Amino acid sequence: MKIVVCIKQVPDTKGGVKFNPDGTLDRGAMLTIMNPDDKAGLEAALRLKDQYGAEVTVITMGLPKAEEVLREAMAMGADKGILVTDRVLGGADTWATSQTLAGAIRNLEYDLIITGRQAIDGDTAQVGPQISEHLGIPVISYAQKIEVEGDSVIVERQYDDRYHVLKAKMPCLVTALAELNEPRYMTPGGIFDAYNAEITVWGRADLKDVDDSNLGLKGSPTQIAKASDKVRKGAGEKVTLDPTESVDYIIGKLKEKHVI
Amino acid sequence: MDFMLSKQHEMARSLFREFAEKEVKPLAQEVDETEVFPRATVEKMAKAGFMGIPVPKEYGGQGCDILTYAMCVEELSKVCGTTGVIVSAHTSLCCDPILTYGTEEQKQKYLPDLATGRKIGAFGLTEPGAGTDAQGQQTKAVLDGDDYIINGSKIFITNGKEADVYVIFAVTGTVEKRGRMIKEISAFIVEKGTPGFTFGTKEKKMGIRGSSTYELIFTDCRVPKENLLGKLGEGFKIAMHTLDGGRIGIASQALGLAEGALETTINYVKERKQFGRPIGAFQNTQFQLADMATKVEAAQLLVYKAAMAKATQKVYSVEAAKAKLYAAEVAMEVTTKAVQLHGGYGYTREYDVERMMRDAKITEIYEGTSEVQRMVISGALLK
Repeated sequence: MKIVVCIKQVPDTKGGVKFNPDGTLDRGAMLTIMNPDDKAGLEAALRLKDQYGAEVTVITMGLPKAEEVLREAMAMGADKGILVTDRVLGGADTWATSQTLAGAIRNLEYDLIITGRQAIDGDTAQVGPQISEHLGIPVISYAQKIEVEGDSVIVERQYDDRYHVLKAKMPCLVTALAELNEPRYMTPGGIFDAYNAEITVWGRADLKDVDDSNLGLKGSPTQIAKASDKVRKGAGEKVTLDPTESVDYIIGKLKEKHVI
Repeated sequence: MDFMLSKQHEMARSLFREFAEKEVKPLAQEVDETEVFPRATVEKMAKAGFMGIPVPKEYGGQGCDILTYAMCVEELSKVCGTTGVIVSAHTSLCCDPILTYGTEEQKQKYLPDLATGRKIGAFGLTEPGAGTDAQGQQTKAVLDGDDYIINGSKIFITNGKEADVYVIFAVTGTVEKRGRMIKEISAFIVEKGTPGFTFGTKEKKMGIRGSSTYELIFTDCRVPKENLLGKLGEGFKIAMHTLDGGRIGIASQALGLAEGALETTINYVKERKQFGRPIGAFQNTQFQLADMATKVEAAQLLVYKAAMAKATQKVYSVEAAKAKLYAAEVAMEVTTKAVQLHGGYGYTREYDVERMMRDAKITEIYEGTSEVQRMVISGALLK
């Protein structure tokens, strides 16, 4: 089985967010991590590899610096890494991004494509389904469980108060939720192997069957009117206690912080 | 000369840090309080490959360098000294001598289980009468047919009851050296469950309280002669060489403890207010922090230099001794200052610096006291 996992390097929410003058993110200036939904998607692919044997290729579109996220994925156990990077691809919205990734994936053999549900920077949840549309394959989104049976995948799709069990013939695309699993850690030896491995770098010329008018900032129908950083607040702490215990708890916390 | 870490090492550090923050830190206080060996954490570390970092891949290890291993112990110790020493004793004191002195059969038999963390390793040299004076060994091993029969006891053994494989030293005879008769010491690999091998008392310690520190007792314990590690009579050399490597592990533990105390204190002085200002706004606090940070960085450079020396030099005793001496003393000084800067709160078990200060003390004592390190360093100077 051949699995392609689309991953994205996103700003670490613990670090500051910086913008370019055109309102797009200044990715070169921020601390970065692998997008959590994508990491769960990668873990799902690696588990299928452990269980059934598979070749897992990770692909990302981004600045040359995005190579790091491919190395991280390979240090977790992915077999190959492909970086799609080119100046003309910069400033892409979801439409241009999905066109780019589909153009790259057309060069590959695949049974299953896994993407994260959405990235924590754009929060659109559009790229995965759009890729499937461009490639003409079925999509199952919001996967909370993925299994393979013969030439099909069986996916539990999360819904508000229930989940749907869907079966699709491969090749198909699945978008993964961060809740899907607890991603494994990289291994120290895997890190060194990942840095010894070759990363395939593709530019505009390597994309198959994509029109220039669908790429980069020019090919992006979305126009950003204004972008600004949110005032960040800590995640806080939730506790479930009865009223008396709650008072003790709050007083304890205030004392701990030297407020009272 | 370049003081920049490679991208690989940076990524490895971020892995160790993430693991330490997520898996180790939340348990550190409980492990100290209850004195329970963190078995579940060790299993997670095993899964992540932390139990065989410098062991070659052909023996089931990660095939990384000593610097990567040192950084692992450093990052773990930043949040929990107990967890740091578990990895250090297992790797430096058990995997390393088997890798360095073991026969191919011994390596094949023991290293894959140790390097993948399916089994835990320990090292038994110290005895009630043989601490710094390692030559004062009383434990004896006598050849009887195809077995050695070991009798005696070892104390203060890290990973004591939790380990599965032990590198044990025992007297196998006497030899003449420069006109004097001295004890001939040999090393053996002893497995848990070998008849005649039992455990004595568990030590109640000041710090690293979750590490399992036990007395090992050998009563007519028969060990097959193929478990002799290295050549007969090579034991003292094996012990000293192993401790050279072990000192890099303990130096990394000390470094981590100092870094952890410094980080915790920096956060604290920004929050804690006295006289209407955060205490970090007072010059005394600022100067203390400056001195602490400078010493921590100096310790780090010595530790990393020693780790690099082990990778590139045959003999690295002096580098290891300097790293351990300095890092241990910095750990003690920085953790003590950290408690002072926390004031009364720092003296309570609610705050991590109290544990860090107790954990730091042992780094000046085990795997060669600071005095022994000074002997090693000055011995090389005056040779």
